[in-house]
Amino acid sequence: MIKSDTYTFKILRYDVKEPDKEPLFESYKIKVIPGLTVLAMLLRIRDEIDGTLSFRCSCRSAICGSCAMVINGKIDLACRTQVATFGTDTIILEPLPNFEIIKDLVVDMTPFWQMYEKIQPYLIRKSPAPEKEIHQSEKDRKKIDQFVNCILCACCYGACPVLNRDPQYAGPAALAKLQRFSSDSRDQRSAKALEIFNNEKGVWGCDTVFRCIDACPKDVRPTDGIVGLRKTMLKNKFKIMSGGGIK
Amino acid sequence: MITHDILIVGGGLTGLRAAVGLCDKYNVGLISKVYPLRSHSIAAQGGINASLANNPEGRDDTWEKHTFDTVKGSDYLGDQNAIEIMCKEAPKIVYEMEHWGCPFSRFPDGTIAQRPFGGGGFPRTCFSTDITGHSLLNTLYERAVYKNVKIYPEWFVTGLCVENGQCHGVIVLDIHSGELIPVRAKVTVFGTGGYGRVYRNSTNALINTGSGIGMAYKAGVGLKDMEFVQFHPTTLIGTNILMTEGCRGEGGYLFNNKGERFMKSYVPTAMELAPRDIVSRCIQTEINEGRGFDHPLGKYIQLDLRHLGEKKILERLPGIHSICIDFIGIDPVKEPIPIMPSQHYSMGGIDVNEKGASEIKGFYAAGECACVSVHGANRLGGNSLLDTIVFGKLTAQAIDKELSEHDLKPEENYLLKLEENVEKKINRLTKPGGERPYKLAADLGAVMSEKVGIFRTKDELAQALDEVTKIKERYRNVSVSSTDKHMNYELHNALELDYMLEVAHTIVLGALLREESRGAHFRRDFDTRNDTNWLKHTIAKMGNDLEPVISYKDVVITRYQPMERKY
Repeated sequence: MIKSDTYTFKILRYDVKEPDKEPLFESYKIKVIPGLTVLAMLLRIRDEIDGTLSFRCSCRSAICGSCAMVINGKIDLACRTQVATFGTDTIILEPLPNFEIIKDLVVDMTPFWQMYEKIQPYLIRKSPAPEKEIHQSEKDRKKIDQFVNCILCACCYGACPVLNRDPQYAGPAALAKLQRFSSDSRDQRSAKALEIFNNEKGVWGCDTVFRCIDACPKDVRPTDGIVGLRKTMLKNKFKIMSGGGIK
Repeated sequence: MITHDILIVGGGLTGLRAAVGLCDKYNVGLISKVYPLRSHSIAAQGGINASLANNPEGRDDTWEKHTFDTVKGSDYLGDQNAIEIMCKEAPKIVYEMEHWGCPFSRFPDGTIAQRPFGGGGFPRTCFSTDITGHSLLNTLYERAVYKNVKIYPEWFVTGLCVENGQCHGVIVLDIHSGELIPVRAKVTVFGTGGYGRVYRNSTNALINTGSGIGMAYKAGVGLKDMEFVQFHPTTLIGTNILMTEGCRGEGGYLFNNKGERFMKSYVPTAMELAPRDIVSRCIQTEINEGRGFDHPLGKYIQLDLRHLGEKKILERLPGIHSICIDFIGIDPVKEPIPIMPSQHYSMGGIDVNEKGASEIKGFYAAGECACVSVHGANRLGGNSLLDTIVFGKLTAQAIDKELSEHDLKPEENYLLKLEENVEKKINRLTKPGGERPYKLAADLGAVMSEKVGIFRTKDELAQALDEVTKIKERYRNVSVSSTDKHMNYELHNALELDYMLEVAHTIVLGALLREESRGAHFRRDFDTRNDTNWLKHTIAKMGNDLEPVISYKDVVITRYQPMERKY
């Protein structure tokens, strides 16, 4: 329930350019109109109270993936989170875990994008392109649907307990993206392309505790992708053992 | 100083398509103030038009028919030579994106699915559920990763360097480090997006300030048809988040508070699928005449999808379904969606030809920041994604041709001089004591939404002109809270505000001078189209006194003589 219309926002402040200063929470009191989102309040705080506050945002409609952060302990996009849903008048905002902070709520996404690039995130074709479209049945299109929805906001990356102990782990978003291509009926990547993730840094690193699924704001289930990749890899292994060889 | 053969500013569909087209042969750099996948192309929902003729109801569709629909939709202000090129290119572009992996929705026969959109005589809008922009942008970004395009994410361009009729590059502010970096290039391409955020109520992302357009204008490049601003009929009340035209394309209805499908009294044949300018005016009229619904966030009209059924809504409009639940707490399977029209698209922009070339040597622009013009006075739904990719590609080809024929020599000195000026400007903005930039931006947005909206009059436009001029004066005394140059988003806002004010000035002046109604520009005091006096493009250039100077340019007409625009 909404206790009052004045809310306290406690926001973690830190600047990598001033490494001597420890991260600390700064409090802002602001009046909230029902129905407003955390992002709307952040924008008002920056405008009306503290112009030095740093956070990323763009679309305001949960499609660009800029504003992932920790909101009262829960990882989500600030733009789609209503302030009034927490049943408390204190909102605590922290940057996404498993990343280095650059400033305040802005984290260094470089490792996330590096992992994304490593999976070869593009359609690989060996057959020559037809004159028109490559046909795909509605059923095959449906297979990739949830993975296509991923907006690469890194909510899952922040929530992943494996990444917390092993930064070399590929992580849920990259592996879900790999499954998006691997399970696309048009993709012709070789079994070898999957082999680099057939280890503890790849698909076998996942604890299958589904934190990524809880954190995803777009109902993607990265764990489904990881399990799907495991099955494909086991099938490939069976093919080798039965004399099929690996392409 | 960093040097590239070709520098692309903007990581949306246009910028990425241009980069992919040039990177094999040239040293290309792509600068974006956000990570490319955060660009506003990502938010496009409904689809991309191409006369594939896959839909059983549109087997005889052709690029010529697509051209005619676009010309008519533009209220005859679009340049017909450019529209022909775009529509002819459309099927190739869609197949190319499909070959690169774009997950288009499919028909049962495995071909790319197509649905009807407003103003189109045929169901020719190809789509990827209701996240077509997201699917296309991801595909092009994937292609750019495959091609190893050099990308500078979170670099913020602060000024365009034009001297002696030639472009020499840009000055960048590295957002993370706060460092100013001159970037020299033989050719600079802008794919910097539209100017929606000069309006308070807009479907656009917060990054769509139109600063690229204002930057080009301040560097001496002409702007075309700036007064033509599209208002989308169906945006969610409060946040103005887009409710795709696909909602109506799939069969959604519009209702007033009397329970009437009111479009029947305005456009009985096309009904909800009349073009956007028309539907927006109908909705606004219903609201103005007391037939809207009341809500704490304002007056609205209902967009009803319920009769489509849960299965179709979840299959074809899943994004709309979740946006409604997340942002207004309404399930469109069970309840109608409360909508109102709001700013959506910038038809006007940097004056370029069908090759993306401006009058300045070495400076090109394409996509929403540019005006070729293919959309004229009103853009058809499904033609903006097409515009971005087609002209991203064609601009790349034109640049290749230009650089193959003669080399351009950008000069370091000019860039260093501009860098000094940018430094001075930043020092002035970080001096304490002035007015904070958000106040000016809020006032600007209010003026534009209230006085330069769907219905316009001479008096209101004159007032708007006066108010914009006053805000420009206040800008001289703006200051931000911190002297930091790194991670200082308020400083970015202050730098962009300068350009937004120029953009707004050209919109208002163009609208005030154009004494007719055409497409999205509707004057209550001149409520009909006037081809005798106004079948021409408005060109705004910054004069020596820093005020806009307006001139006019002929519309290119090839085979479609202007007729009355009836649906």
